[in-house]
Amino acid sequence: MALLTARSLCVGYEGQAVLSEINFEINAGDYFCIIGENGSGKSTMMKTMLGLQSPISGSIEFGDGLIQNEIGYLPQQSVVQRDFPASVFEIVLSGCQNSLKKKFFYTKEHKALAMENIKRMGIEDLKDRCYRELSGGQQQRVLLARALCATKRVLLLDEPVAGLDPIVTEEMYQLIKQLNDEGLTIIMISHDMVAVKDYATRILNVNDMEGVSC
Amino acid sequence: MLDKLILYMGFPFVRYALIVGVLIALCSSLLGVTLVLKRYSFIGDGLSHVAFGALAIATVLQLTNKMIIVLPLTILFAILLLRKGQNAKIKGDAAIAMLSVGALAFGYLIMNLFPTSSNISGDVCSTLFGSTSILTLTKADVWACGILAVIVILIFILFYNRIFAVTFDENFANAVGTKVNLYNLLIATVIAVIIVLAMNLVGSLLISALVIFPALSAMSILKSFRSVTIFSAVSSMICALVGIIISILAGTPVGSTIVAVDCILFGVCYLIGRIKG
Repeated sequence: MALLTARSLCVGYEGQAVLSEINFEINAGDYFCIIGENGSGKSTMMKTMLGLQSPISGSIEFGDGLIQNEIGYLPQQSVVQRDFPASVFEIVLSGCQNSLKKKFFYTKEHKALAMENIKRMGIEDLKDRCYRELSGGQQQRVLLARALCATKRVLLLDEPVAGLDPIVTEEMYQLIKQLNDEGLTIIMISHDMVAVKDYATRILNVNDMEGVSC
Repeated sequence: MLDKLILYMGFPFVRYALIVGVLIALCSSLLGVTLVLKRYSFIGDGLSHVAFGALAIATVLQLTNKMIIVLPLTILFAILLLRKGQNAKIKGDAAIAMLSVGALAFGYLIMNLFPTSSNISGDVCSTLFGSTSILTLTKADVWACGILAVIVILIFILFYNRIFAVTFDENFANAVGTKVNLYNLLIATVIAVIIVLAMNLVGSLLISALVIFPALSAMSILKSFRSVTIFSAVSSMICALVGIIISILAGTPVGSTIVAVDCILFGVCYLIGRIKG
């Protein structure tokens, strides 16, 4: 059964459709890319998938026991974060907020999980460093580790290489590929057509909304 | 000088002033980091003017307990302002500017139209700058302040992790199912309570200083959210204590003395931060 199914989905703002008649299925283990130019509606679609806004019509269904809040999300960086005084560990730990449920404080298990994902991203030595002092690539790894704390199965990456230099971009793609190989389902938003072709197993091009090509 | 201090400590109203001052300073510093980082610094300023307007109304109505009007009105506007920020038809900062000068003007107008004492400018001045009102606190005021302060501190500690999450990354928090709007509402309400509390101490024009300076001082030298929070809380308490003692000994106005001490600390921290790189 598919993890995520879109059925004649129509997304947009305030009743105005940006994209319509979207149909796709994302299966466990996929490396699914949504590509399109700026303003093509990728972000709107992503927000709909995350449940941040509701679809105009049609539906997104979650299957195989996946819950919407269990998608690990890597957002684009915001202005606020650039001068935020927080240590890497604090930020990664905040990825566990969806498993806090009714509790107020993080448990030992949460902290262990955060530590495990910090190691997984190879940023152990940055654990106590301040987020705002890190390079762009390092910051992305921190946010990726945080996303991994929020999910065991699905990662949704919004332009994960935006603003990174070519070498770091390549490293980032390798890292994502590695996570995919470890069994995580990847959903990536991008406008980098070329790179996406090398890695993605399936591509949805929202510029020519005809459907899913492989 | 020490003799003088010990002498003053003998008076209950001085002890009350110290207890309340330190408690208020602690509360107001807690959410400072969140406000600064969320670019809400001006909300504190806007709300303090709303509180001034509300206080003017309460004064004209000659209520004995002005909190009954001031607190709900300030909370209401805090919520309205945060809402406005989200779906901005009028941009957030413009809305705040409008509201704050509007409230200030109406407050002053009302106080002049319906004077309750012969010394209007004195009344206005003490509402704006706090003056010596802190030294005239009654035991009941101290208890009220103390209870509100404890509630604020408890809320902050219990929701510390959520407040961090919502401050650092609203989008992520939303995506993983944290009720961001609810916590923004909570933050707004707590800010309103803090501002009403702090108005007793430093007057409505200087409140923002009490909220923002400790956070900025801490942020310029420290690197984790927890250490920044702890440092701003502790430094804010110390500044309030030092400020009140200086104002007692030197006879200076309480509010502005505390804020001056906060400013100096910020200067020192900023320099240290610069030197350390």
